[in-house]
Amino acid sequence: MIDQAAIRLERCDVTVVGAGPAGLAAATALRQRGIDKVVVIERDTAAGGIPRHCGHPPFGMREFHRILTGPSYARRLVATAREAGVELRTGTSVASISQGGKLLLTDGEGIGQITAKRVIIATGVREASCAARLVSGGRLLGIYTTGALQAMVYLKGLKPFQRPVIVGSELVSFSAILTCRKAGIRPVVMIEENDRVTARWPCQWLPRIRGIPLNQNTRLVRIEGEGRVSQVIVADRHGGERAIDCDGVLFTGGFTPEASLARCGHLQVDAGTGGPVVDQFGRCSDPTYFAAGNLLRPVETAGWSWREGQQVGGWVADDLSGKLSDTGEERRITPVCPLIKLAVPHTIKMQHGGEGMTHVQLRFTRPARGKLVARNGSGIVWRRHLRALPERRVLIPLAALAKGSDGGLMKLDFEESS
Amino acid sequence: MVGAGVVGCAIARRFALEGARVAILEKSSDILEGASKGNSAILHTGFDAPEDSLELRCIREGYQEYLKIRGDLGLPLEETGGLIVAWNEEEEKRLGDLLRRAHANGIAQARIVDGAELRKRESNLSARARAGIEIPGENVIDPWSAPLAYLSQALANGARLYLNTEVTGGRYDGSQWALSTNHAEIACRQVINCAGLYGDLLDRAVLGETSFEIKPRKGQFLVFDKAARTLISSIILPVPTQRTKGILICPTIFGNLLVGPTAEDQESRGDASVTREVLQQLLKFAKCKLPALADIPVTATYAGIRPASEIKDYRIQARLDQGWITVGGIRSTGLTAALGIAKHVYWLYSQAGHRHQPLASPILPRIPVLAEGDARDWRRQGHGDIVCHCELVTEREVRDALKGPLAAQNLGGLKRRTRVTMGRCQGFYCLARLAEMTEGKFAQPLAVGAAHD
Repeated sequence: MIDQAAIRLERCDVTVVGAGPAGLAAATALRQRGIDKVVVIERDTAAGGIPRHCGHPPFGMREFHRILTGPSYARRLVATAREAGVELRTGTSVASISQGGKLLLTDGEGIGQITAKRVIIATGVREASCAARLVSGGRLLGIYTTGALQAMVYLKGLKPFQRPVIVGSELVSFSAILTCRKAGIRPVVMIEENDRVTARWPCQWLPRIRGIPLNQNTRLVRIEGEGRVSQVIVADRHGGERAIDCDGVLFTGGFTPEASLARCGHLQVDAGTGGPVVDQFGRCSDPTYFAAGNLLRPVETAGWSWREGQQVGGWVADDLSGKLSDTGEERRITPVCPLIKLAVPHTIKMQHGGEGMTHVQLRFTRPARGKLVARNGSGIVWRRHLRALPERRVLIPLAALAKGSDGGLMKLDFEESS
Repeated sequence: MVGAGVVGCAIARRFALEGARVAILEKSSDILEGASKGNSAILHTGFDAPEDSLELRCIREGYQEYLKIRGDLGLPLEETGGLIVAWNEEEEKRLGDLLRRAHANGIAQARIVDGAELRKRESNLSARARAGIEIPGENVIDPWSAPLAYLSQALANGARLYLNTEVTGGRYDGSQWALSTNHAEIACRQVINCAGLYGDLLDRAVLGETSFEIKPRKGQFLVFDKAARTLISSIILPVPTQRTKGILICPTIFGNLLVGPTAEDQESRGDASVTREVLQQLLKFAKCKLPALADIPVTATYAGIRPASEIKDYRIQARLDQGWITVGGIRSTGLTAALGIAKHVYWLYSQAGHRHQPLASPILPRIPVLAEGDARDWRRQGHGDIVCHCELVTEREVRDALKGPLAAQNLGGLKRRTRVTMGRCQGFYCLARLAEMTEGKFAQPLAVGAAHD
């Protein structure tokens, strides 16, 4: 179907997919390390990623040592990358990836192919849709995620509802409250299934300050309406149902890596993180490809993603100069307890035991108190008592898991205290 | 024609091509808003249709005509073939009867596939798959582009479409109908009731009687991410029961994998809502039959309502002395059979002595290509940019779908014409852009107003 001769072909040293904090930081680091041609591909019409439509502080503490709003933070990231000599290509989508660092692109001019020595995928996360959450109800207008709401309010100056119910209490849920305030939207209630707010203190005070009731132990049962949402049915811990009058539902959080390029391409994907399988350098199952930022795991702050991008950029530069062989013994880090939702990185290249990421990051499925234990063939290598909460990072020093030189399995277990 | 579902669209096309002056009345704001909104998107062979039934004849006729016209109209077809799979001993015993039925229904190449071959062909199926029947020709099409193309061709050749027009009653004076609607009165010689889920109600409202009763049957579906598409090569069908064809695992022309439908009888003709418990059962079913689905996210959920009636066949009835033909009870095979039904209905109509001059060289509109792997717009020059990243829908495609005689009238219509928001993020990235692009175009807008401090 495609006329091969019509495809524009080009080459570069490193292609970065995604111009959010992680992708821009990686590209900037690569240029600073002297890598010649670094191209960032961004499907949106402007670079900067999710912070572009978070019109509120705090952003930029780690990177610029000052408190910025999302859009001004995004502008600074973009400016820094440009100054470093990064080539930014917006309005360009990657349709597919293949072996040998080849990406199929599409932009207003049709399709093209860019081939790079290394590719860094930094496509970030998206929030779980109403469908992915298997929510009961019809297909109605007024059902949004925070990302869609913020794009609507900050980029288009429109509002999709007037009186939504907010579902979830992650950090992003509070960002959604700020966005609603900015747009003149008055949420009727914020509901959270668990008995406590997922985000850190002092976020839980925010809805109260804004006059929005916060209902914990409250589950969304069904969305109802004709054409547009007119009410939701919620249930309390005991199953008692009640209706809440509203004109929209705002699903917040429930982040999942935007890993479709990996998933539909040739890269291995981890069921726990939902992102590509990586070693301690962010290197994927095809060593031409690396991953950085929230694609690695849901979900961290912009600042964390920025630092991760910067590091992965550095490791890619190392790899290009032949310092990071991907051969030799490999240790696989495998959670064996269902309470451990994910662990990243997934493998340690033992030849480079002390290098790369400093920590293995874990997330838990629910609040739990107990002992986290790392075990391999020769017994327990690391353990710690801790109290875990969902959506909060738990860190294990990678060096502790990288002792010795043999490969094999490193099992992560959690023994819950009674 | 009353009703712009797939059947109404196909009949409108047939009558327009035969030279009749055609008007299509649709009570909704867009076409395909009833039963045709959600189905399993299969071009059926009719392997299990009742022998010698009108349904089987229409399926076979419709299938052949689809193959004949699809090149001209730009309609896709993915030749997946079907595999009926027996999952237990009892089902395996029924394969013999099913094979005989398939042969009797004209699918000469249908044959038994033993367990070993089954596993070789579909290596991702659970090891509990015992044996099956291969049904060549059971294929996958685009369920929305097809009726859109039929109606586009009807309109290009003189037919007129009246949206938001509900028939409330009518008088027949022996040669002319005067149909009353919520707008103007419509005069015509012949009425064809293709009102689908509301067919019996329309008969009753205008004629005062009906010979059948619609029994709405809801079917819920799960759509899996495109990463699941490569897990199977054929449509995986269960051994059908008296009541239903059962739950399929089926590739879509758009590169996804869908699992469904359920068969839930309900009173409501309009309630196509999904329910969490049923979706969870479907998910469990899917993982049980195709274990690799456990690691693949669900992209979308939806439900369709099939206009079943109290018996298992179509209910097509001509009242030739009254200028009225009812096309009712068009169950799940309607997408395939529509073109065949249209021919049959035109034949019934001509039995009443109506004659027209068939169009010598009818206009052939081409509809946008939405099938994955075909020459989609994102591969072409000048498409603007990508609006919906998951489905790679271009700005040009969205703009085109919002204009012309069949312009999308609501978000659902825009989705069916372009696939926007149908992908894995369900609008996380593109809803804002779509709200802007559709401003002032829809009666029910995406945005409720301007954001302000």
